[in-house]
Amino acid sequence: MIEVKNISKSFNGLQVLHDVSFKFETGKTNLIIGQSGSGKSVLTKCIVGLIQPEVGQVLFDGRDFITLKRKEKKSIRKEIGMLFQGSALFDSLTVEENVMFPLKMFSDMSKEEMRDRANFCLERVNIINKNKLFPSEASGGMQKRIAIARAIAMEPKYLFCDEPNSGLDPITSMLIDELIRDLTIENNMTTIVITHDMNSVLEIGENIMFLNQGHNHWKGDKNTVLTTDNEAVNDFVYVSKFLKQFKDKL
Amino acid sequence: MNLFYHIGKYFMLMASMFTKPEKASVYWGRTMNEVIQLGIKSLGLVIIMSFFMGSVLVIQTATAIDSPFLPRYTVGFTLKQSMILEFSSTIISLILAGKIGSNIASELGTMRVSEQIDALDIMGVNSAGYLIAPKIIGAMIIFPLIVVFSMTFGFVGGAFIAETTNLVTLEDYLFGIRSFSEGNDFMIFYTLFKSVIFAFIITSVSSYFGYNAKGGALEVGRASTDAVVYSSILILFFNVLVTQLMLI
Repeated sequence: MIEVKNISKSFNGLQVLHDVSFKFETGKTNLIIGQSGSGKSVLTKCIVGLIQPEVGQVLFDGRDFITLKRKEKKSIRKEIGMLFQGSALFDSLTVEENVMFPLKMFSDMSKEEMRDRANFCLERVNIINKNKLFPSEASGGMQKRIAIARAIAMEPKYLFCDEPNSGLDPITSMLIDELIRDLTIENNMTTIVITHDMNSVLEIGENIMFLNQGHNHWKGDKNTVLTTDNEAVNDFVYVSKFLKQFKDKL
Repeated sequence: MNLFYHIGKYFMLMASMFTKPEKASVYWGRTMNEVIQLGIKSLGLVIIMSFFMGSVLVIQTATAIDSPFLPRYTVGFTLKQSMILEFSSTIISLILAGKIGSNIASELGTMRVSEQIDALDIMGVNSAGYLIAPKIIGAMIIFPLIVVFSMTFGFVGGAFIAETTNLVTLEDYLFGIRSFSEGNDFMIFYTLFKSVIFAFIITSVSSYFGYNAKGGALEVGRASTDAVVYSSILILFFNVLVTQLMLI
């Protein structure tokens, strides 16, 4: 489980996160949703240690990441897999080398074992016979899946996905969502997905945090997000006239 | 104030590289790869430039010598001094600052804006150590060799002119190259030493600008330009400093 407690962060005097607290549960896909600029990415960067919050705690199964020493932080980082919005695959490496990269850096596996593990991960995300391609030769959906394969190569305990569906068509988005959910259950990971895609929210939102202007505004799941009376959540969920009419009929 | 901010940030970046590598074999492989990318792949350009520069220097020196009291072998001697003391280390480094510097800054800048550096950090890889240290070490290994190639092909270019024109005989030219050779060892040490310093400047300054690029394509382009400009200025400054310290 990952728990954030009273996280606050500002940039040049502008408060981006206000006293945010939440528990991200193990074995579930935990969603952080909210409008653009609501602080979702900043919160995630605070959790993974790319940004230092001014106040608060980030607990990875009880270990306070912020106060840990560099070496201890490094050992937690090896337990983290991350899927970036733009995939962040290494341009100079092939698909297979990308997936093998964390294994090469941190495991004692032989080259054959690394290749087997990479192939297993690639097959798990339905990438077959594309090992020698470079990321630029793969489609957007394939790049996301390759990035997922790289993220799970080290069998992480924590998986972070930053807008995994951005730039993808609804069908591919759904496949990525299902893949994230299935991997979370299979590996009993604590998965955190940042999204503003309502399809994802309704498909995989088992534990949802709604951020509004840097505040933790609402907590719930995919069932309650449609029926809540929270005005800000409703404005986010029922954004079109059609959906507002649908809400009125509920 | 801004200058001190950047100087401080530069030294912090350099300091962050010096941690124990996650896997020494990976770092060694990367360093050797950088030797090829930054050095071996620049050899063609260096050879062509040095050959033609050697040729031009011989023509210019030979045509400039009017006095009958100046021996013709002065042409070879002048070329030797110019190539060893200045051209092969400083001018070649300035040219490589353009080629290698912009390459490093744009590569790292693109990695930064496409979150590839963040991906390394999150994995627990020391991104500065993994990306920058091999470039610096690789360049510091290969630059002296580049300088030796430059000197050699500069002399060959001069010999080509001596052989194919009647400006100076090949014998006079070669005599000039070999003459007054007592201080040659120190001169060569001085120029190789300078090349190592310039290699560090080019790779570290360019890496600094690329690594800290923010935004998009425009900022990556700006980082690339800044890398070349600041590397060149620092090369010129340290050229004066090292020359002052070593030759006077």
